[in-house]
Amino acid sequence: MYRYDEFDHRFVQERVAEFRSQVTRRLDGSLNENEFKPLRLMNGLYLQLHAYMLRVAIPYGTLDSARMRMLAHIAEKWDRGYGHFTTRQNIQFNWPKLSDVPDILDALASVEMHAIQTSGNCIRNTTSDPYAGVAADEVEDPRITAELIRQWSSLHPEFTFLGRKFKIAVTGSAEDRTALKVHDIGIQIVRNTAGETGYRVLVGGGLGRTPMIAKELRAFLPREDLLPYLEAALRVYNLHGRRDNKYKARIKILVHEIGIEEYARQVEAEFAALDRDAIAAPVEEVARIAAYFAPPKLAARPAESTAFERARQVDPGFAAWASQNTFPHRVPGYVAATISLKPIGGAPGDATAEQMRAMADLAEKYSRDELRVTHEQNVVLPHVALDDLHSVYRGLAGVGLDAPNKGLVTDIVACPGLDYCALATARSIPVAQNIARRFGSTARQKEIGPLSIKISGCINACGHHHVGHIGILGLDKAGVESYQITLGGDATETAALGDRTGPGFGYDEVADVIEKLVDRYIELREVPQETFLQTYRRVGMEPFKEAIYATH
Amino acid sequence: MQLIDLTGRAQDRWAHVGDEDPIPAEGPVIVPAARLFEVAEGRETGIHVGNDTDPEDLVPLFDRLQLVSVAFPSFADGRGFSIGRKLRALGFDGTLRASGPVIADQFAYLIACGFDEVCIPDALAERQPPEQWEAARRLISAGYQRGLGAGRSILDARTGR
Ligand code: SF4
Repeated sequence: MYRYDEFDHRFVQERVAEFRSQVTRRLDGSLNENEFKPLRLMNGLYLQLHAYMLRVAIPYGTLDSARMRMLAHIAEKWDRGYGHFTTRQNIQFNWPKLSDVPDILDALASVEMHAIQTSGNCIRNTTSDPYAGVAADEVEDPRITAELIRQWSSLHPEFTFLGRKFKIAVTGSAEDRTALKVHDIGIQIVRNTAGETGYRVLVGGGLGRTPMIAKELRAFLPREDLLPYLEAALRVYNLHGRRDNKYKARIKILVHEIGIEEYARQVEAEFAALDRDAIAAPVEEVARIAAYFAPPKLAARPAESTAFERARQVDPGFAAWASQNTFPHRVPGYVAATISLKPIGGAPGDATAEQMRAMADLAEKYSRDELRVTHEQNVVLPHVALDDLHSVYRGLAGVGLDAPNKGLVTDIVACPGLDYCALATARSIPVAQNIARRFGSTARQKEIGPLSIKISGCINACGHHHVGHIGILGLDKAGVESYQITLGGDATETAALGDRTGPGFGYDEVADVIEKLVDRYIELREVPQETFLQTYRRVGMEPFKEAIYATH
Repeated sequence: MQLIDLTGRAQDRWAHVGDEDPIPAEGPVIVPAARLFEVAEGRETGIHVGNDTDPEDLVPLFDRLQLVSVAFPSFADGRGFSIGRKLRALGFDGTLRASGPVIADQFAYLIACGFDEVCIPDALAERQPPEQWEAARRLISAGYQRGLGAGRSILDARTGR
């Protein structure tokens, strides 16, 4: 895992000092509210419905136990004892006091964390694959590139007052677990025919009110050109992106309006004119970062574990959890274990301070002191020996984190919605809770198989509903919550935007509607292995529409 | 308007000429780009450009220009940062001025993008006097990016460059 050196430490400490002075200057009138707002946003501080919200960056979703414990400490000392993990692999605290924020930032800095650029019209926290360093199909650990981008994008003098927010994701695998194609820029590490590693660059994806799938900007970019190329791409956007309408200011609109060919032509022209050597990261620096992400030395173990097999026999709960919540590790005898933050009836992505500490303890003891936050709002222990898996499970069960539902119908992604968010037009957490209760039985969830439900409380789509197999969008229709359903969305390498079923449904109807959709899918599927998404792609919208709108 | 540069409050020796104003007979003058032809060659000349200007269009004028003033219609509109950086990359070595309601908290970014000075509304200068600009500029001692006009990059410091 990356560690700060003296320069990183000084940078973050100076940033906190800067924010402290900005708060003071706001209070003495040197900065007016209009001027202060983007400055506070770029330090992660939002004004929500009931209070301020602080969003803390978890770069590329990687944490160690000390950092997780600090999040627990912050939740207890300055908030109401819990935090909310987000679809950008960050964590939000919903109730901090403005006057406490500089102290919270100091506390974060003490464990090499910050809230820099978790909001505002700038380059946001760079996200990555939660199975980085674990997945067998990985060309290279994407966090090396993500860390390089984290540094480069931090307070970039040219790109800190963009037309709109700018999100970058990096993956090292062809199988995409980062929702690459719905990012402003998506970077895939690839190997060319000559065997060199470099980058495939996608641009112009995004959700929100005009969802779009990213297009390919460059099939292969030599790795040393990464930062100059990003500067060229961002510069064209900064100069030519729309500024007349905030909803048309994302790069996806620019790429859509001028076309990917024209955008690419401008980027290449800009890139050709740059002094690349002056901008690129020195190879020594890339090597320095890479050393932090060297694969952990995991002791060789047999691929089969008798302790694991025995535990599976005697503990059916464990057997169910282990078969659903693990991901194969490239090293035999190990798995990556997903801690579901979706207990039936809970708020998706929430964790209490006690749960955070339990996760930290388990990571320290059983997972090389590493944790990952996923864009599905869960947490991963990336390096768990099969022999230890039962102990991990029992530890999780002790704090209510043993839901065996990763990737299933109750593993719901939901934004904060009307419970917290000032922009919301409808509730989303209670909708998720109702659906999860409806499908609470583990056996039933297993029978249904992989199904991703994503819920947003307004058109801004923070819950990624467009790319849920079933998407739910909460709107306000003349003062009444109305939920629009989409089907067939997909956030992976086969990315697709969901199609609307038709008129929306009332708050009380949503769980019924989802149940009808699921029942229809079960009727329609040809074999139990055919997933909801595959069935939808095969049969199309009509039978599903019929299931939810027909009056029987 | 109030001029602030790296030395603090500065005296503006340039006459600002708008679209309609007569051009003074002598002395350094900043004119809208479209009126450059009205200024005699050889005179100390600057132009004021909007933030939708293509910096490459200005290259043929570099020999004649001692100053380029880039409009910042609002501090939140960051196009000017890219224009400044591009003008420097294209070889402009005269004075680069940011004109408009930019704020002290952006001073370091402006300098890094090649600007020398800011020309801000009086009311803003009153709220944010030059001491604040100087203090704000120094708060972050080094950034990560390379290839910028000013300061040493952390990446270079690490590798001893
Ligand atoms: S989707 Fe809307 S309601 Fe949900 S968090 Fe985003 S802005 Fe708020």
